[in-house]
Amino acid sequence: MTLLGLEFFLVLGGLGFGAMAVGVARDRTHPRRIATALFWTLLAVCFVAGKHLPPVMAGLLVVAMAVLAGTRSVTPPAAAAAKGTDRAVEAVRLGNRLITPVVLIPILVLAGGYLLPFASLADVRLVFPAQATQVALGLACGFALLVASRVTGAGATVALAEGGRLVHAMGWALILPQLLASLGGVFARAGVGEVVANAVGSTLPLHLPLAAVVAYCAAMALFTIVMGNAFAAFPVVTLGIGVPFIVREHGGNAAIMGALGMLSGYCGTLVTPMAANFNLVPAILLNLPDRHAVIRAQAPMAAAIWIFNVVLMALCVYRF
Amino acid sequence: MIKLIGILMVAVGFELRLNPLLVVVAAGLATGLAAGFSPEEVLALLGTSFVDNRFMTLPVLLMLPVVGLLERHGLQERVATLIRRSTEATAGRVLLAYHALRAGASTVAVNIGNHASMVRPVVAPMAEGAAARAGSPSPDKAAGIRAHAAASENLGNFFADDIFVAVGPVLLIKGVLDAAGVPADVTAIAWWGAPTALWVLAVGWWRYRALDRRLSGGGS
Repeated sequence: MTLLGLEFFLVLGGLGFGAMAVGVARDRTHPRRIATALFWTLLAVCFVAGKHLPPVMAGLLVVAMAVLAGTRSVTPPAAAAAKGTDRAVEAVRLGNRLITPVVLIPILVLAGGYLLPFASLADVRLVFPAQATQVALGLACGFALLVASRVTGAGATVALAEGGRLVHAMGWALILPQLLASLGGVFARAGVGEVVANAVGSTLPLHLPLAAVVAYCAAMALFTIVMGNAFAAFPVVTLGIGVPFIVREHGGNAAIMGALGMLSGYCGTLVTPMAANFNLVPAILLNLPDRHAVIRAQAPMAAAIWIFNVVLMALCVYRF
Repeated sequence: MIKLIGILMVAVGFELRLNPLLVVVAAGLATGLAAGFSPEEVLALLGTSFVDNRFMTLPVLLMLPVVGLLERHGLQERVATLIRRSTEATAGRVLLAYHALRAGASTVAVNIGNHASMVRPVVAPMAEGAAARAGSPSPDKAAGIRAHAAASENLGNFFADDIFVAVGPVLLIKGVLDAAGVPADVTAIAWWGAPTALWVLAVGWWRYRALDRRLSGGGS
């Protein structure tokens, strides 16, 4: 048996969403009070009840959250006037002590990931080994928060309010990666990968291990350019080319393939106008006369990085 | 072939700037139905997948109180000071310093800035200021500096967040590989991102130096 699981932190996060929902519900100045509170409540239910929810019910909650987000009903509360702290003055006063908590987190996560699995008393283990790094991250964030409140002299309520402010600022975008991963799960069960694999496998010589690597990395970049998002392209291309050809047929290393495949996708992000937030919005923010100036600056970088990923994958994926 | 409807929906939906959550959910439902599942089965599949992937949102959520508290006390201002101190000379070096700091922070999933909060108010003016010391750059060249400032943000943001364990992309990779039945170790996925992160820093150095050369040379 284990004392501390991932579920504990998931429930904790869910309670945080619940607190945000209550905060919005009580804020009479909020323009979309009911809808926004409802969105965070549904998310809180997903996190707290989790695997105890009937699957169909969980699916309905997901659909409801998407509809709320799609109707622009999820908005942050009006920014409270920053009171008490002048950031520039504080930055000078605190100096590098502001960086300490940020640096502490990775050190603690690395240490915890290696050490926590050994912590046990009789036959009670502290953590389940497969969850060690994630539990370590939870504990590290808790500890860093204590250090941060000591450094800044602010209490726990201020920290939670600031966390809530940032979550509100992200809004529905917070759960987009999670939802894209879920879409990957649906694609996997629906057999999308097999369809792509059959189409690609019959046109390209993927029986050659090297050709499979080049095709996978090229497809990651191309699908990202078309879909505008490497996270969305990853399940399709990985289920369609990566897993069937690189891993199953040629015995490649799944971890290496996945890491370098995603990074090849990012090269596509650098050159696509579909990734408007990264490439077009900055051109407007920076008053650039050419809307594609950022993409043109990034194109040679994207090419150099993509080639590196392909070479590294070709050299390593069948070797480790 | 009809099963690929979801991919098409994502591409078209994102192109039309529809809300991404709505697009993704619709694509999931359509794909499930196209594959012959009943509506209840599709909902259950989507719900189970979403609950199984809760761990992906968790790290961001756990870090935000720390980051929010530090931001309120001047984290971004401190980063600006560090960039200013680490570089004197050129626009390219300012961009390399920001790229390196941005990437270093994103190895631990901390966002020290984005285009609106750091590049426009801090990084781009600082780089243009550095270039102006050797004479005011032409509008063309100034635009080149700003475009590269945006690029330094994107490079620092994208390519380093795979290195330390338990941040978004690594967990997405793990989730997809698990669902495909080829489980992979989170730590291994994370560490295999490190060589590329270092290479990207080198690529940045190369391009920012080329920018400096164009600025100091004649021509346009």
